[in-house]
Amino acid sequence: MSALDYLSAALLLLGFIFSLSGAIGLFRFPDFFTRIHASSVTDSSGAVCIILGLALQTNFDLVTVKLLFILFFLLLTGPTGSHALAKSARHGGLLTIPECQEKAKDGVS
Amino acid sequence: MSLIFEHFNHWVVVILMMIGLYIVITANNLVKKVVGLNIFQSAVFLMYITMGKVVGGTAPILAEGVTQYSNPLPHVLILTAIVVGVATTAVGLSLVLRIKSAYGTIEENEFQNKEDVI
Amino acid sequence: MTVLIDLILLAMLVITAFRIIYIKDLFSVVMLFGIYSFLCAALFVTLDAVDVAFTEASVGAGISTVLMLSTIAITGRKEKLSLHSHTFATLIVLLTGGALIYGTFDMPLFGLADNPVHEHVAPRYIETSPTEIGLPNMVTSVLASYRGFDTFGETVVVFAAAIGVFSLLGVRGKPTELLAQEQGLTQHKVLRVVAKISIPLIILFALYVQFHGDFGPGGGFQAGVIAAAAFILYALTFSLRKAVGVVSPRFVKYLAPVGVLLYASVGLVSMLNGANFLDYNVLAADPVDGQHYGIIIIELGVGITVFSVMLGIFYAFAGQVEKANVQ
Repeated sequence: MSALDYLSAALLLLGFIFSLSGAIGLFRFPDFFTRIHASSVTDSSGAVCIILGLALQTNFDLVTVKLLFILFFLLLTGPTGSHALAKSARHGGLLTIPECQEKAKDGVS
Repeated sequence: MSLIFEHFNHWVVVILMMIGLYIVITANNLVKKVVGLNIFQSAVFLMYITMGKVVGGTAPILAEGVTQYSNPLPHVLILTAIVVGVATTAVGLSLVLRIKSAYGTIEENEFQNKEDVI
Repeated sequence: MTVLIDLILLAMLVITAFRIIYIKDLFSVVMLFGIYSFLCAALFVTLDAVDVAFTEASVGAGISTVLMLSTIAITGRKEKLSLHSHTFATLIVLLTGGALIYGTFDMPLFGLADNPVHEHVAPRYIETSPTEIGLPNMVTSVLASYRGFDTFGETVVVFAAAIGVFSLLGVRGKPTELLAQEQGLTQHKVLRVVAKISIPLIILFALYVQFHGDFGPGGGFQAGVIAAAAFILYALTFSLRKAVGVVSPRFVKYLAPVGVLLYASVGLVSMLNGANFLDYNVLAADPVDGQHYGIIIIELGVGITVFSVMLGIFYAFAGQVEKANVQ
């Protein structure tokens, strides 16, 4: 194995860890906003690491260029999707957990 | 063990088909019925593609040094069927919209008892 | 390894489908159906059907979801409690499923190269299409040339479905007054900027898919759907009014038959040249060149029809949503 292979393996592993942590966070976090924070880790950092790792495995030809295009699109659309989702939830009146607690306290007093 | 691998795809096709059928029978809402029909339909697609697969083959695009290709014929049939499927789904959904505007509801048990209002 | 991925994807597919049964919130049902379509597309890739996966990803997860969402925007997102007998349904489903599973034991085993399905016409397509048609992508060769009749029929069915939707819902002519003030998602600046960047790229990609379909995965069906998706994205982020200003429903209505007629005219030209309907060999001096011309033109016809039908159906649904909002 060459140095490039090791680098690619490390990137793939890192991508795996990011994706896994995103998935675990999606299930374990308590409310919508923290969950979307976890899931956006998967589609930004996780995807970037995995695609760069795959790009190092190619022969640096057309396939590499295609992978970089995919990376560009993912970087463009992934965060936008998360942002739009969170913003719509906010506009729809969804509150974070501290805000809910505050509201409940105000309601009592 | 090998029996499981050799028939697993077929079993999943049957299970998905039956889930689709179950949704079509029990769902009260017409949109959900359309979703059920779509699941049934995609089970059929899966069945065709499964039949076309050859283990050890590649996608049917000519490449150097490849001798074993998967069967291109099911791919052609299903490719067109998917687009036709979405077009017919659109017809179904527009019928649902017409039912909504004519009866005011798309719940099956509610508009079944109504008089013909159109 | 591929078998393992296959098994996991199939299991996820079954879980998603099971979840759809029990969810009463139709919005979640539609979203799960989008996920289901994406899983199907991933599965098609592992089963070597790249063209099909491409179509499923753009159609199932893209257009279908948008259409279903606009339907539930009008009809409401809650399913009421069903009064149907669930035991009866379960019994029927179990009986039918059991019989079908019993039937699968007589099916040829998965993935063997000498299964009956691989022995009839497929070897001929695989062996002679590179020299007869001269295209690397066998799916395109079979779709556009060997089974050109079939594809013509499918294109006509798509067109007929569009006629059905238009006659049921009507195609909106002039925008209503309320619509004239509509500005789209003004709150979402980021979304608008990113949409502005990506829409030209999507259209460019659609053209690439259209004309590169002979060499790689792609073709008229996928390209038409992707191009329509670009305009649908524009309509969703920048308001329907602006999208209608760019491509009017009237134009879409007249464009849909153009594709079908283009397809049929290729067949007529080959008939006038003394060959059978849709026999491309006579379109040029060299039969292989003739096949190339024929396939490019009919793929263009398919692309035009699919694009205009998908966009027209979207306009019809979006028009209904607007009407419901006005009332």
